[in-house]
Amino acid sequence: MGMTIAEKILAAHTDAREVTPGDIVKVNVDVALANDITAPLAIKAFESGKQAKPADPDKIVFVLDHFTPNKDIASANQCKMVRDFARRHELEHFFDAGEVGVEHALLPEKGLVLPGDLIIGADSHTCTYGALGAFATGVGSTDLAGAMLTAQAWMKVPESMKFVFKGELLPWVGGKDLILYLIGDIGVDGGLYRVLEIEGPAIDSLDVSGRLTISNMAIEAGAKAGIIRADAKTEAYVKPRARRPYTIYTSDEDARYVSIREYDCSNIEPQVAFPHLPENTRPISEVGEVRIDQVFIGSCTNGRIEDLRVSAEILKGRKVDRGVRCIVMPATPDVFRQAEAEGLIRIFLESGAIIGPPSCGPCLGGHLGILAKGEKALATTNRNFVGRMGDPASEVYLSGPAVAAASAIAGKISSPSEVM
Amino acid sequence: MKIMGRVFRFGDDIDTDAIIPARYLNTSDPEELKKHCMEDADPSFPSKVGKGDIIVAGKNFGCGSSREHAPIAIKACGVSCVIASSFARIFFRNSFNMGLLIFESDEASGEIRESDIVEVDASTGLIKNITTGKQYQARPIPQFMQELIADGGLMEHIIKRGGI
Ligand code: SF4
Repeated sequence: MGMTIAEKILAAHTDAREVTPGDIVKVNVDVALANDITAPLAIKAFESGKQAKPADPDKIVFVLDHFTPNKDIASANQCKMVRDFARRHELEHFFDAGEVGVEHALLPEKGLVLPGDLIIGADSHTCTYGALGAFATGVGSTDLAGAMLTAQAWMKVPESMKFVFKGELLPWVGGKDLILYLIGDIGVDGGLYRVLEIEGPAIDSLDVSGRLTISNMAIEAGAKAGIIRADAKTEAYVKPRARRPYTIYTSDEDARYVSIREYDCSNIEPQVAFPHLPENTRPISEVGEVRIDQVFIGSCTNGRIEDLRVSAEILKGRKVDRGVRCIVMPATPDVFRQAEAEGLIRIFLESGAIIGPPSCGPCLGGHLGILAKGEKALATTNRNFVGRMGDPASEVYLSGPAVAAASAIAGKISSPSEVM
Repeated sequence: MKIMGRVFRFGDDIDTDAIIPARYLNTSDPEELKKHCMEDADPSFPSKVGKGDIIVAGKNFGCGSSREHAPIAIKACGVSCVIASSFARIFFRNSFNMGLLIFESDEASGEIRESDIVEVDASTGLIKNITTGKQYQARPIPQFMQELIADGGLMEHIIKRGGI
């Protein structure tokens, strides 16, 4: 019987030659990731173990990206705990201070996650790396502590659902619009416990950045992973970055899927998700009049250089509406440097945008851009739950970087064609 | 082991930001977290909930982030178990790892009302609504997860068995 990419990767990380959906298997992990919110809990659990020594320190990655630069004493204490642990165990892949970027933008960029890898992370958006043809999934801190101790984890082998994006992308449509469209179709639990395998000519036409955006939001459909087969573009991206061997897997012709859906991209406009769930999507032409107080361009979903280029193209020579705070955060220091070199930072500053440090920033309502009661924001992030970006009575709308930039100029949710 | 408690009802897709908003994640202290448990879904919940009480919710409970602060906050409030028609997968894992009892049952989730008194047999998953007299059987827990519970959670399991 044929196997999917997910099944092949899981099998390759166990003693078994084959795995079947529903099996619970022990897997060897290639990477175990945590951040400043989840690492402290993982460290506490880890230290409850008898001989608390990492099985393989090179597999552990810690990124202090959520409440940094630290917003208060409590978050500073959390980071210090992680920093001390990283020093004590001489973790090479520890990212702090000027090396910090949003974890899911940082790991691919640094070549720490590769095709064919099995990656777990104590962060739900760990599924991002599926875009490189890896099996990557979010777990809790205790699972992560287990992986730090044993370099293993347990997994229930998930069923896979296939999604095929056909046709050509309409203007200003990117990875974000495709994944919002998909979530709008199947709902926030439409992929529960399953793998989304995403393919088709429109996916082939996207660069790696757009694919990372898609896999990033697989969790927003409840999925365990969102996998895109690695191709020549993936190889061109990973080869110069990889410092260990990797394997490219493809699904067999006769692999089993619980469902196969096809979408025609000639019908997919730029999408906007309305509060308070990512499944509340509408095409930009049906958004109506929604005035906004804040725009956030950044995050692990859309904070890469390609996203900043799209936004800058629209903001160039134009001004952010005076009623809008437009916050731009390059996702990583390398993205920041590149944006500076290309003159994008200047474009943002001249348009009246605020530039923030590479971090999660307002995405999770931690700091650096909190919403007041009744305020509305349009963000290129992945979640618009109640209270996600501040007061429980504030609202978050989600879009890609093109609609976000256009909306910053117009002061209301707008299509790029309305401002250009 | 049998659990009995008063029911607090919530709807579908209760996410981890509703269970414990990210603005409080600069700590992992259960005593701090419990003060804000479910506050974006029901601001009065932390003051109303008592020891042994039970949360009954719709589908996809615990969707969103991987934060273990969510099951920690629920447990710290005194909640003895959560019954839902389905759970988001990371929340599902975390609950077993943290020792928070959770049960999946569409019928129980659909029929049990706010303030009903409910009894759950943790080993068999039999749910009894004392108020109405109706009974429901929760979906069976996979063998491996039963082992985790028996060992007292994932870390204890690893320590006891020398691996996963
Ligand atoms: S940018 Fe947002 S979604 Fe991404 S890791 Fe940070 S908080 Fe999570």
